[in-house]
Amino acid sequence: MNAPLSHSPGCGGIDLHQEHGQRAVFCGLTGIVWLHRKIQDAFFLVVGSRTCAHLIQSAAGVMIFAEPRFATAIIDERDLAGLADANEELDRVVTRLIERRPDIKLLFLVGSCPSEVIKLDLSRAAQRLSSRLNPVRVLNYSGSGIETTFTQGEDACLAALVPDLPREAEAAAPSLLVVGALADVVEDQFLRMFSAMGIADVRFLPARRANAMPAIGRNTRYLLAQPFLTDTARALEERGARRLAAPFPLGAEGTTSWLRAAAEAFGVSEEAFDRATAPGRARAETALAPHREKLGGKRVFFFPDSQLEVPLARFLARELGAELVEVGTPYLHRGHLAAEIELLPAGTRVTEGQSLDDQMDRCRAARPDLTVCGLGLANPLEAEGLSTKWSIELLFTPVQGYEQAGDLAELFVRPLRRRALLEV
Amino acid sequence: MQLTLWTYEGPPHIGAMRVATAMSGLHYVLHAPQGDTYADLLFTMIERRDARPPVTYTTFRAQDLGRDTAELFKQAVSAAHARFQPQAMIVGASCTAELIQDDPGGLAKALDLPIPVIPLELPAYQKKENWGASETFYRLVRALAGPPAPRPAREPGQRPLCNILGPTALGFRHRDDLIEIRRLLDALGIAVNVVAPLGAAPADFGRLRDADFNVVLYPETARSAAEYLKKTFGQPFTQTIPIGVGGTRRFVEEVAALAGIDPAPVLDGPGSRLPWYSRSVDSTYLTAKRVFVFGDATHAIGIARVAAKELGFTVVGLGTYGREFAREVRAEAALHGIEALITDDYLDVEAAIRTAAPELVLGTQMERHVAKRLGIPCAVISAPVHVQDFPARYAPQMGFEGANVLFDTLVHPLMMGLEEHLLGMFREDPEFHDGVGPSHLGGKSFGAPADGAFEAAERAPADTPPTPAPVPILLDRAVAWSPEAEKELKKIPFFVRGKARTNTETFARERHLPLITLETLYDAKAHYGR
Repeated sequence: MNAPLSHSPGCGGIDLHQEHGQRAVFCGLTGIVWLHRKIQDAFFLVVGSRTCAHLIQSAAGVMIFAEPRFATAIIDERDLAGLADANEELDRVVTRLIERRPDIKLLFLVGSCPSEVIKLDLSRAAQRLSSRLNPVRVLNYSGSGIETTFTQGEDACLAALVPDLPREAEAAAPSLLVVGALADVVEDQFLRMFSAMGIADVRFLPARRANAMPAIGRNTRYLLAQPFLTDTARALEERGARRLAAPFPLGAEGTTSWLRAAAEAFGVSEEAFDRATAPGRARAETALAPHREKLGGKRVFFFPDSQLEVPLARFLARELGAELVEVGTPYLHRGHLAAEIELLPAGTRVTEGQSLDDQMDRCRAARPDLTVCGLGLANPLEAEGLSTKWSIELLFTPVQGYEQAGDLAELFVRPLRRRALLEV
Repeated sequence: MQLTLWTYEGPPHIGAMRVATAMSGLHYVLHAPQGDTYADLLFTMIERRDARPPVTYTTFRAQDLGRDTAELFKQAVSAAHARFQPQAMIVGASCTAELIQDDPGGLAKALDLPIPVIPLELPAYQKKENWGASETFYRLVRALAGPPAPRPAREPGQRPLCNILGPTALGFRHRDDLIEIRRLLDALGIAVNVVAPLGAAPADFGRLRDADFNVVLYPETARSAAEYLKKTFGQPFTQTIPIGVGGTRRFVEEVAALAGIDPAPVLDGPGSRLPWYSRSVDSTYLTAKRVFVFGDATHAIGIARVAAKELGFTVVGLGTYGREFAREVRAEAALHGIEALITDDYLDVEAAIRTAAPELVLGTQMERHVAKRLGIPCAVISAPVHVQDFPARYAPQMGFEGANVLFDTLVHPLMMGLEEHLLGMFREDPEFHDGVGPSHLGGKSFGAPADGAFEAAERAPADTPPTPAPVPILLDRAVAWSPEAEKELKKIPFFVRGKARTNTETFARERHLPLITLETLYDAKAHYGR
């Protein structure tokens, strides 16, 4: 495919390229795989095709749940030919679902490529079903691959939650909101850390339960825990919340800067901040040291996938001494990633967008020591003698914060270690 | 709209990918949005293939819809041709591109490439994966096999020649079935001309006509193509599926007849260990074990026959998700005195398994989950495939070695005969109390399907929040048990207690008895013991 590669100078000190062509990424529906685990009484109903059902099943991969909290309402030819009223059909499917699962408190109708193309109005359907199924709340968002890439599905889901969040009183004391799905264990660590600094009122979006979603208002200050939350941030700003600019809490350095942004906004003294973070920083340093030997000087190539690539590359380069060959990312949010871009080594090649075959050619030519890529590419590259790390694991594994800095490094070390161990 | 929790088959373009990925020298350009690229991982992760499938996706986006997606498609076809230099290409649309009606076939034709470009019409909102594979293979054969021509007579002394049709990428044990069937044909003195799609290049399709007959291993993917070859080149094709000892022997007889040779050397040869293993006294405990069989039609029918005739099981349920082969499955079910279950709704299959209360489930990965929840042993005998269905060892389903594999596959999930007797003898001992289940089922005791509470038997991974247990579907209203009947039930060995409970409750419900007494329990035992 034609792959016009354009060079866009002037974005920090990095060497930024934009690429167009074939992409090898998941669509936003994939986010359901981790979001349904995070919000424990939510159900995700994709309104789409058999392909959508097959995608989620394949991305969930191992089919671990006997009865999952996600499903697909598969559009068939009767719906397309107008023989069946799509709204009536949807109501019928949702009714069957809710009867079967009375434990569900929040239902997401998730739009897909086909539902977008036939312009099925899921927001009206959600409103209608919300009033009919009260107290079950019904919201909608699009996870379609023509509009969203992989992690943008989480962005769309969280953005759909925002208008529904309770309103905080005007006079309320400032509160801190951490935005982006994190593992429960990571949330609890951050809570203890903030509390040690004296920031008591800390909330998380999404909450673990539908009826525990955080209230927001003009005194809400939020920290993004994930770099892909463009629409969510915009929706929060519209409700008066203000973003605390920071790098992302990956690695010790990222975590410190991220926590510091909150500390500064909430008037925490330098002394209190140091006291609260010192043990974590020390533990992260201890955990990172052995990995630094193994990753120092190793050449790493990132294929675009989750939008976590830039913060991860920053972590690998600055805390582990790795060399960045190319940092591919599906989309580069110049604003949210400003602090990250600043921290990347000068001249780092960052590629926004993708032309798969050309990028594979560059990867083969560079023969990096480690390639971070999606599941579809990992084994083919391994077969060509390249060590790979599947990027999806970086979303399923708790990697943020001090206590996980070592685990995050280990994820990158493991493929190298394994290759060294095998004698066959 | 159909509510789908799990799907047995992917969309039809996945079937086309299974054909394209099986072959060399063929490239598939698929008009599809970026999300559809997930399909790569089916091949590279589940089947552990060492190369990307030979597929180029156009990965159009919303912003392209207002512009020119047709131009994007043409660029993708030209670029794929230039880069991969295939002998032939197939082009088509996935579900989303079907809606925007860009006509991939017409667009590709307009490019006037110097190779055959075969358009595929795979209606994504009507058809599914196996149909897509079958249609793609048929279209390739039609386009590449050449014009009708009389077959030259075989010279005296020349080995008969056949094609093997049907194996694809991502097929359930296709890799090993093919090795086994090649060995069998070789032992018979039959040469193999072309195997397709697996391992074939487009140029090989031009040689299909040279064979005397075709061996169809998987009708789901190869029957349409075989029918075309029969019509065009007068090649007959095999009807027997070589699953099980009986199936394999009949298959040997059928190919020998088609080749005009004597099957005796193979039929009188060592064959399979299954017949002796099945006659071994330890196997008497297998007698009339109730089994539920579900899968694609080829495997479901083949396995049901093995279960009934070669292991002495009783087939209490038989079904398929492949509607295209419903007729064949219904006919087979009738031979077992039951009605076939034809559905692609996982929830229907689950309900049917509960109702049938089998002692063994032979199904797909989906049924493995149902069986696990119900505490019933299970073996996987059919696609949809899972990474476990591509074992490192040689494990065919077909031929005599396949029969050996099936004996192990079908019998190992059940308790060994001696083990079962010992459990009965020592069941009051502390080590063998009711709470101790067979070790191979993860230490969980056999849940009685009618006990009501169907908790998810699977422990979620440690970092996973617990998934709330699904609400049980009460098929019928519950029947009350009197205390003394309940007490008596507990004296029945626990491994048959579930069946006794189900039978007694069914017996009571059918007679509208409000309470199960001691009398009811033994009336039911007499009734079912006939």
